[in-house]
Amino acid sequence: MLITSALISGLGLGSMYGLLALGFYITYSVSNTVNFSQGSSMMLGAVFAYAFAVGLGWPLGLAAVASLALCGVYGIIVELVAIRPFARRGSNSWLMATVAIGIIADNVVLFTFGKEPRAFPMPAELTGSINVLGVGVSPLQLAIPVAGIAMAGLLHAFSRSTRLGKALLAVVQNRDAASMMGINVGLAVSIAFAVSTVFAGAAGILIAPLFNVQSDMGTLFGLKAFAVAILGGITSAWGVMLAGLLFGVIEALVTALLGSSYTQIVTFTLVIAALALRPDGLFGRAEVKKV
Amino acid sequence: MTTGNIFSFATRRSFLLSCAALSLALALPAIAQESIKIGLVTALSGQSARAGEAITRGLAIAIDELNAKGGVLGRKFELVRRDDEATPAKGVIAARELIFKEKVAVLFGGLDTPVSMAIVPIVNAEKMPFMGPWAAGTAITRNGASPNYVFRVSAVDEIVDKAMLQYAQKTFNTKSPGMILVNNPWGESNEKGLTAALAAKGMKAAGIEKFEGNDVDVVPQLTRLKSAGADTLFLVGNVGPSSQVVKSLDRMGWKVPVVSHWGPAGGRFTELAGPSAKEVHFLQTYSFFGKQSPVGEKVLKMLMAKYPDIKGAGDVTPAVGVANAYDAMQLVALAIQKAGGTSGDAIRQGFYKIDAYDGLIKKYAKPFTPENHDAVGENDYVWTHFIDNQILPVAMK
Repeated sequence: MLITSALISGLGLGSMYGLLALGFYITYSVSNTVNFSQGSSMMLGAVFAYAFAVGLGWPLGLAAVASLALCGVYGIIVELVAIRPFARRGSNSWLMATVAIGIIADNVVLFTFGKEPRAFPMPAELTGSINVLGVGVSPLQLAIPVAGIAMAGLLHAFSRSTRLGKALLAVVQNRDAASMMGINVGLAVSIAFAVSTVFAGAAGILIAPLFNVQSDMGTLFGLKAFAVAILGGITSAWGVMLAGLLFGVIEALVTALLGSSYTQIVTFTLVIAALALRPDGLFGRAEVKKV
Repeated sequence: MTTGNIFSFATRRSFLLSCAALSLALALPAIAQESIKIGLVTALSGQSARAGEAITRGLAIAIDELNAKGGVLGRKFELVRRDDEATPAKGVIAARELIFKEKVAVLFGGLDTPVSMAIVPIVNAEKMPFMGPWAAGTAITRNGASPNYVFRVSAVDEIVDKAMLQYAQKTFNTKSPGMILVNNPWGESNEKGLTAALAAKGMKAAGIEKFEGNDVDVVPQLTRLKSAGADTLFLVGNVGPSSQVVKSLDRMGWKVPVVSHWGPAGGRFTELAGPSAKEVHFLQTYSFFGKQSPVGEKVLKMLMAKYPDIKGAGDVTPAVGVANAYDAMQLVALAIQKAGGTSGDAIRQGFYKIDAYDGLIKKYAKPFTPENHDAVGENDYVWTHFIDNQILPVAMK
């Protein structure tokens, strides 16, 4: 029972880490930069959805779509304000700038949304508790990994079979050549950031009914997701998703078997050990730098 | 020098100016003599702003009431507030400013134990009477200083822990409790207290589990406690984390009595935790619901008159902040009266000289002695739970 319940908790949380980490993967592939405030993007997804669904009384589905659209816009703004000006000059200051924009987002939310944590309504179809192998779980806990993996699959299909996706892949392979082929590289980078924040926003909306909506709900998630992205080898989409699931499951198993005092110690020690053994991540390839 | 001499070499303007200066010089010491400044260092912004506001309201009501009767020693009270933003460093700066610049007679603390702990050495060094109306850390009043200038009208972790065990045994016939504690100094302080309380009765915890304030899923920890045979849970955490525990219990389908510190009182617990919120029994020092004493009725009436947003008992939130601060201020006034002045040491001894005070939380008899600086004890706690948005005593359905 201990292990079954840990596996279910772990897969749910793990797919959240995976979704956030996929955001790191997308932008890193296309532009060699990442948005370090993915945790805040996740929080924004939940806060926007809360504002539409509870504040304005929209149906949950509509609220989710509207929230994801706003998250996409937020991603484009992050790229324009905190990445592009620095990356253009070859500076690494985007690193600090994205952290800063996340802190600003958290505080603007604290100021407007309020200090008190609020509850996100659970969709009526997903309320209650169902029995899986003798363990009571919320149907949403089962839906979350399914949705997470489906989104990773969609991303895969999108990049392989649509024009826009192929253009993104071209930018990944060779920025200059893509530019010469008439691909608008700036636009491609914008789209990559929008997709990354939409993924984070989706994670926020999915987790919100199990969690509370508040300004700092994404901080810890963002941090763990970055560990996951590195662990998965930031250059492999499936690797990142798998690493997310693995991280979530190990975290839950350590808590269940050894006790919660050991969770962070053991999990992050394992991250360091894994990276020492495989510096390019569990599923990544060594990056070849051509000179 | 005669008046004529002045006019002979002074312009009218300079005469007027000196008149103004003279009247100011005469008036200023008079005002300073008149009011006794009461300092308050608490969180007035951020997540705990509501708690800081509750303390402010309790103090303001008590001060209005005291001033209406002419104050103490012929002087009126004046409240000076500073925001500590829930951080010890800011709290220390604010405390120093209130002590040295504002020259307050008594300093009140806020709800964060770490902030109060940082201020305690300063007040003891400066002989500044300090009154804690909220923070429950045991070591705030039991700080080892002699003489000790720190007093409190609030719950005390160590006593709360004893009361939690006593209540659990009486109400749920608890034999083997499990602890689920937030992973911070507050959780740790209660782990110590609960373990000691259990040991005193020859008992042992079935298990002790920690969780992060931002944990989504506490099921793994709870599953461990369940398999260890816990028959009751002792919960310590603020409102957000506490609600995560309740939701996780719901998902597991584990119906177990939950006896909690006062964390759930700090917010919208029912909204966050769902219908099972009412199953969590937690401790308060006071409830404005139910049959009120004459003091309770009077305070509620004053609150409604002064604050338009208070329309009934349900709007006095968090009630403990208001109630503790109100009684604490009344006790401070009595101490100053007994002291016959506002010197720090006289007020400290004044606290010991208070014989009786018919207060909001209880009828205090000898509330402070040199050995005991905590006016509220084990038998003064009220056990409550949330029914919708209201914190009601458990007995009231």
